[in-house]
Amino acid sequence: MAGCAKRCKQGLVKFALSLHKLVTGSLIKDKADDDLEMTMVCHRPEGLDQLEAQTNFSKRELQVLYRGFKNECPSGIVNEETFKQIYSQFFPHGDASTYAHYLFNAFDAGHTGSIKFEDFVTALSILLRGSVTEKLQWTFNLYDINRDGYINKEEMTDIVRAIYDMMGKYTYPVLKTDAPKQHVDAFFQKMDKNRDGVVTLDEFILSCQEDENIMRSLQLFENVI
Amino acid sequence: MAAGVATWLPFARAAAVGWLPLAKKTMPKPPVDNTSRSDEILYVNVSGVRFQTWKNTLDRYPDTLLGSSEKEFFYNEDTQEYFFDRDPEMFRHILNFYRTGKLHYPRHECIQAFDEELAFYGIVPEIIGDCCMEEYRDRKKENQERLAEDTEANEASDAPLPPHSTSRERLWRAFENPHTSTMALVFYYVTGFFIAVSVIANVVETVPCRPPKGSVKDLPCGEKYQLAFFCMDTACVLIFTFEYLMRLFAAPSRCKFMRSVMSVIDVVAIMPYYIGLVMPENEDVSGAFVTLRVFRVFRIFKFSRHSQGLRILGYTLKSCASELGFLLFSLTMAIIIFATVMFYAEKGTKGSTFTSIPASFWYTIVTMTTLGLVKLDSVLQKHWSQVYHQNFIRLKVRLARIRMAKKGTTNAFLQYKEDRDRDSDSTALCVKNRSAFEHQHHHLLHCLEKTTNHEFTDEMNYSELCMTESVGFRTSRSTSLSSQQGAQNNSTGCCPRRARRRAAMRLANSTVSVSRGSVQELDTLHIKTTSIPPQTRSSLNAQADDLKLNCGEQDFTAAIISIPTPPANTPDESLPPSPAPIPGILRNTRATAYTHDTVKISSL
Repeated sequence: MAGCAKRCKQGLVKFALSLHKLVTGSLIKDKADDDLEMTMVCHRPEGLDQLEAQTNFSKRELQVLYRGFKNECPSGIVNEETFKQIYSQFFPHGDASTYAHYLFNAFDAGHTGSIKFEDFVTALSILLRGSVTEKLQWTFNLYDINRDGYINKEEMTDIVRAIYDMMGKYTYPVLKTDAPKQHVDAFFQKMDKNRDGVVTLDEFILSCQEDENIMRSLQLFENVI
Repeated sequence: MAAGVATWLPFARAAAVGWLPLAKKTMPKPPVDNTSRSDEILYVNVSGVRFQTWKNTLDRYPDTLLGSSEKEFFYNEDTQEYFFDRDPEMFRHILNFYRTGKLHYPRHECIQAFDEELAFYGIVPEIIGDCCMEEYRDRKKENQERLAEDTEANEASDAPLPPHSTSRERLWRAFENPHTSTMALVFYYVTGFFIAVSVIANVVETVPCRPPKGSVKDLPCGEKYQLAFFCMDTACVLIFTFEYLMRLFAAPSRCKFMRSVMSVIDVVAIMPYYIGLVMPENEDVSGAFVTLRVFRVFRIFKFSRHSQGLRILGYTLKSCASELGFLLFSLTMAIIIFATVMFYAEKGTKGSTFTSIPASFWYTIVTMTTLGLVKLDSVLQKHWSQVYHQNFIRLKVRLARIRMAKKGTTNAFLQYKEDRDRDSDSTALCVKNRSAFEHQHHHLLHCLEKTTNHEFTDEMNYSELCMTESVGFRTSRSTSLSSQQGAQNNSTGCCPRRARRRAAMRLANSTVSVSRGSVQELDTLHIKTTSIPPQTRSSLNAQADDLKLNCGEQDFTAAIISIPTPPANTPDESLPPSPAPIPGILRNTRATAYTHDTVKISSL
């Protein structure tokens, strides 16, 4: 009964406030002010020299990357919504938002909720210029959604389903509903050496190094920048 | 694709490393990129004003002049710069488009000059940012109306008569341009005079005149001098009838003439007289006959042939017809509301004049117009128009753009696959007019295909696949029950609606012949939406094929053509109700995968 009265009072206060705003003509303005505040947040990256030391890119490459980044995100940070929008534009056929969510968490190493230029460049450095072990480690982190050091079947199924979502509906052959599950089973068959139902980082790296196809493909994306 | 996307492509490709451990097949080779890696500054000289920009900036939009190799035609070897002999003021806006990704329309510039610049640089006006789109459209509409008026005036101007014109053509020309010959001028003035006489007679005959001898009551002049007025009316009507018949005879296209506004006004002006002639002098119908005489006042509209100003007023009314319509509607709503309130407020009291709600309409109307509540309405209407533009028009434009972009990408990728299959040489990717960006993007999509071991296909092929699969399973009954059931579940699970829709579509297509052009116009699509949440493209994409387009809280009611529900004779399946065939028509899957369907948008 007390909670109900409190809620009533809160509701009345809110109503009175909005009535007051209506009368004074400032009903819409608040929202606009809020939006304005949000866009003022700005982030500047560390110096060029520091970034060059931390990553495997040259100064020129960093300059090109930053110019593109800054042009797209003048505020210097990318939040998850924007990230999903950007990533979805590359996959117009299907729904890339789930996979983009996982990708965002992988890029956002510090779990701040937004990607800054340093995160962006660090991840790119690993993916394009890193050693095989580093790349595989990054991939492991991507799959390990809850960051507990193990990939279990649920996590893998989520990832695989997200990837299949990106294909969209119109595929050849027609996508069966159990395709992700089969894919995950095949994956665990290969990766889970001791058959304990989870894949650890060492098992993962070992299994990947044994697979020639994977090793060869890892070299493919070297010259993306 | 949007500009910024080009910037993010390298990172999207790098992120593809995450797919590698999962890939079922080997990844394809990346496209060979021969362009230099380092970024360089380009110099662009536009009529003496030197602009400098990064090459990457211009490469963002490869299908424009500056982004493609077309700009090489303007390269000046001696000065090592690109020279364009165009307006530097306008070029500033064009270049800003490359830099920021948004094209703005400068308000002080002439709309036609702007359009010409856009056409020269290969930029479609549809990408003008939302902030300037309304202004651009308004100006464009204004300009087009003015041009239409000008062309009409030009057509009606004193052009010399073509030789060997028939008398009919000469007569028509005399009617349209009275200044060409003296006879036409005389006729023009005579008709004008008689219109004025007729209108004045209408007015005067209701004025009370002195009563005749032996009577006390004042009589209206019309009854006192009945014969005189009747003769005048007859003369006017005779002239008008003669004029109308001559025009009908001379008109180059009689049907078109009869449907035109002026001809309708002419007919309405003279009909009451003839109806009055044939109607008997019956007390019952004379009331109706009197009402008919009201239409004689329409003769005043015949003056619009004589006055340019009246015609322009007519055009203005026509162009803001939608706003006027809404104004009327909102007025009606307000009247009904207030009338109801007044009626129920005074219901109990005796001697109230509000005997019914319609009786209180009159009071409400008079009060509202007196107090100038119409002005309030116009204020509301202005805001409404703004909000309408912001939400509805922009939403439609955005949706259409997204749909076009998606179609473009899909078609391009499928074309790329077709080319690749045809070439059957995986190392040398055939380089048609595709940019490096497109190559890389297609490579990315190809990697995704290899990861999942499924290929992208378009809707038509997909539905055909589904049909063949379901049919195949129906015929082969010898397979084991479990697998058959499982497979059949899968196949019906994959596209039951698709199969139904396709069957319905075929039937609907055969029963209703719909031209492609009309199908793709979104004219009659009503979008009901309250708010537009910041929608991600992906969710739009995922549900775009489900033509209810559930973008948040939106509802689509397609009100295009009333197609009779096809008879339910498809095998084993009952057809969904009629909305299903309509989206099928909308979708127009008859279109081949490789044509770009232009989506026309027209504002409601």
